[in-house]
Amino acid sequence: MDPSWLPKLLALAWLTPLASFVLILFFGKHMGSHGKGAGLLATTAIVFSAVCSFTALFGVWLPNHPLQDASHHSAQHEEVDSHAGVSVPIRLVAAEAEGYGHAGHATGEHGEHANNAAPKYITADWYELGVFGKLKLTIGYYIDALTVAMFCMVSLIASCVHIYALGYMHDELHDFTDPEVTLTSGENLKRPGRYYRFFQYLSLFCFSMFGIVIAGNIAMVFVFWELVGICSYFLIGFYIERKSASTAANKAFIVNRVGDFGMLIGLMALWSSLGTFSFGDMTNEQGEVTEQGMFSLLRTEENDYHLQPTAGMVFEGDRFPECNCATGGSGDTASAGEASGSGELHAKPPTKNHAGQWLLLVAGVGIFCGCVGKSAQFPLLTWLPDAMEGPTPVSALVHSATMVAAGVYLVGRFFPVLSPEALLVIAYTGCITLFVAATIAITATDIKRVLAYSTISQLGYMMLALGLGGWIAGMFHLITHAFFKSLLFMCSGSVIHGVHTNDMTEMGGLRKKMPITAYTMLVGCLAIIGAGVPLMGIGFSGYYSKDAIIEQAFSFGVSNPRHWILQWAPVAGAFITAFYMFRLWYMTFAGKPRNQERYDHAHESPRVMTAPLVLLAVFALGVGWAFPGTNLKVTNLLEQARPVGTLVTSHGELLPALVIPNEHDAHNFLVPAGLWAFGTAASGLLLATMIYLWDFGLRPEELKRTFKPLHSWLWNKWYFDEIYEWIFIKPTKMFSGWISWIDRNIFDSIIHSSAAICKGGSKVVDAIVDRTLVDGTVNTLARGTWDTGLWLRKIQTGSLRQYVMFIAAGTILLFVAISFVQNI
Amino acid sequence: MNPIIANLLTEPVGVSHYVVVGAFMFTCGVLCMATKRNALGILMGIEMVLNGANLNFIAFGSRYLRNDANSLGLDGQLISLFVIVLAAAEAAVALAIVLNFYNNTGSIDVDGADQLRG
Repeated sequence: MDPSWLPKLLALAWLTPLASFVLILFFGKHMGSHGKGAGLLATTAIVFSAVCSFTALFGVWLPNHPLQDASHHSAQHEEVDSHAGVSVPIRLVAAEAEGYGHAGHATGEHGEHANNAAPKYITADWYELGVFGKLKLTIGYYIDALTVAMFCMVSLIASCVHIYALGYMHDELHDFTDPEVTLTSGENLKRPGRYYRFFQYLSLFCFSMFGIVIAGNIAMVFVFWELVGICSYFLIGFYIERKSASTAANKAFIVNRVGDFGMLIGLMALWSSLGTFSFGDMTNEQGEVTEQGMFSLLRTEENDYHLQPTAGMVFEGDRFPECNCATGGSGDTASAGEASGSGELHAKPPTKNHAGQWLLLVAGVGIFCGCVGKSAQFPLLTWLPDAMEGPTPVSALVHSATMVAAGVYLVGRFFPVLSPEALLVIAYTGCITLFVAATIAITATDIKRVLAYSTISQLGYMMLALGLGGWIAGMFHLITHAFFKSLLFMCSGSVIHGVHTNDMTEMGGLRKKMPITAYTMLVGCLAIIGAGVPLMGIGFSGYYSKDAIIEQAFSFGVSNPRHWILQWAPVAGAFITAFYMFRLWYMTFAGKPRNQERYDHAHESPRVMTAPLVLLAVFALGVGWAFPGTNLKVTNLLEQARPVGTLVTSHGELLPALVIPNEHDAHNFLVPAGLWAFGTAASGLLLATMIYLWDFGLRPEELKRTFKPLHSWLWNKWYFDEIYEWIFIKPTKMFSGWISWIDRNIFDSIIHSSAAICKGGSKVVDAIVDRTLVDGTVNTLARGTWDTGLWLRKIQTGSLRQYVMFIAAGTILLFVAISFVQNI
Repeated sequence: MNPIIANLLTEPVGVSHYVVVGAFMFTCGVLCMATKRNALGILMGIEMVLNGANLNFIAFGSRYLRNDANSLGLDGQLISLFVIVLAAAEAAVALAIVLNFYNNTGSIDVDGADQLRG
């Protein structure tokens, strides 16, 4: 089909869940008993979205953009050397000597190693929300391979979650007795089921997530970003009567606002310096660029797609002092294009623009702050485990494909704007997150919380990969992780559904009772630890993406020895991941039942729940593979969306020693990275097996006693909640206590005394003005009227003859008067 | 002697004489209405007032008394006829009121009808 079908198909996929939401919102209650039809409607809508998305991918995108094998690309980069050679195209070699670029890394011979242009994309505005001066807010789209891939991933997983939820939420189809809410009367809360409402929110959630993915500008992303936030609030607080659920919903919402504050700062920094929100270039029908997007403004073709601050980002005085063409008006981006174009670059190399680099850093880190909140990165990671209060299908959706994925997606989408320094911040955040969350997962016993911390840890992996320059690695891990994490969550939901508890210490031996759940979950566990045959390229989906991340980390670590921790953290993380995932699996499904009663009642879930598990297990196994006989592969698809200007190694301006290596160089580290990843994962798996499966002398209880301080440190989640309680919540409460004291005792007394003064004053005014003046006037008038009336009463005698006299006398008087007037 | 009255007495009969007679009748009628306590007397006074006015219309409408240019012509006589018809109707209504009044009070003394006194 013609490429012009892409926006139409994706818009259809985007808006169908909205239609379903609106229908359920108004008519949900009447769709069968407790809205049984609402579930079917929402499921149909999302399946339709999935069909549209896959049609867009296989029917429109792939026929128009044939895939190339990424490994073919890497063959071109054989000359990459270990001294982290920067690759500067021939055109710019002349500029080298004049101070442009990085004199310390002079290379010259890598002329063929050209930087990549912007990926193929289509972008336009659908609807203009408003224009305020130069600020233009629009609803538009920006579609490239990443958008299409995300659409397919989100809609497929959301479809599975919807189908699964049809079975999982059946408790809500009749009056529901909440066992966790006890009323003051001592009974459990009984309420009507809210089946339809659950699906209503799910539909809105999918709509919002699609909105983020399709958005053509960062302002629209922000709108849908907040919509996703409010949907997660609704869904986490679905059991609103439970105190823990409503608190968790509030926590998720408030913590996200903290991140969004930073995002707003980033947005302001970007808009005030670039004057545009849109990602790509707007073109008219002839294909001419009418309005430049932020990517092409910051990475101009003349500058070989290197990130360079525009003229609007420089202090007025520093801005090319001799060059008049760039001095007009800050934010005048057109003049920036002129300045760097038309050979100006050779004649006058731009001065090192530190102010602009700082602004880019602020913008990049600001936008990243929003992603920290959404993707639960350190230090805002505390909301995600609490979000487990929501129903399990929500956890599966929120923590795999939608909300937390949104943060990683935005960093990926925003990649061309992120300066090397901002990437370093992202990498360190991801590194800390992945390690902290992985360690907490070791001791958690709530099956969903283990998965929640695992999610945070994997998100840390993605952020780390993106921060190290591994764009494909990060986005690929986002997609593979979405599949196996939603699988893991839905398996855990199936377990909870079967045994009615979240506590792993009450499970055990369940694989005999629920084989499908057990073995699909095993697939998920193997996928998340990256099981595969080392160096052979055969493995579960996680094997490909995790190895790619570790390769990139090795590549980065070799270029930047001082940031060695970024190289080894993912390796250590792989070990811990393997350990806690198999601890979870063994505790749940292997060994002997720890609670015989629960074990006896356990049962396999209905087919409506196990079918999505099997489907997702297939994807978790094979989403990293190439389609047999073709080069149809997720990485090849993502390669088509490679952000502009990321094919060369880039260097920090503010931190000159910082090198963000070119992602294709990472293939040089295939062997060490693959061996390290396999070795750590296998040893983690082995350790978990020794402790939890084999009676080998290593008993969990003994270990717990031996490492008591460490265990309690991890059990209390590094005391994050306590630290925040002490640093933020307690001082805030204390401060608001003072403020309220001041309010009550000082402001209130001022207000009360001024009220008393007003009252006294108005009493005086009342006596003088109102009673005397106003009332006096009115009373006098009334009395005069009354008296006149009384007097006139005497005239009306009732005597006919007198009236005749009056008439006659009146007539005569009238004549007399007229004669007088006429004479005058 | 008052020169106006002297003129009236000396000059031939014209509009002025009719007007004087009409005014006299009108005044008599009004005085009759104002002084009579008998309701029928008051009705007679009303008739007299109306006829005094009629006399004026006739006089101003007459082509013998005034020349054609100033005359009301037949209009004056027509208006008089209207007034006579109306007077007849009015007399009928008034007599009915008087009869009722008599039934209620046992007399036709209008001074007894002062219930509307303020």
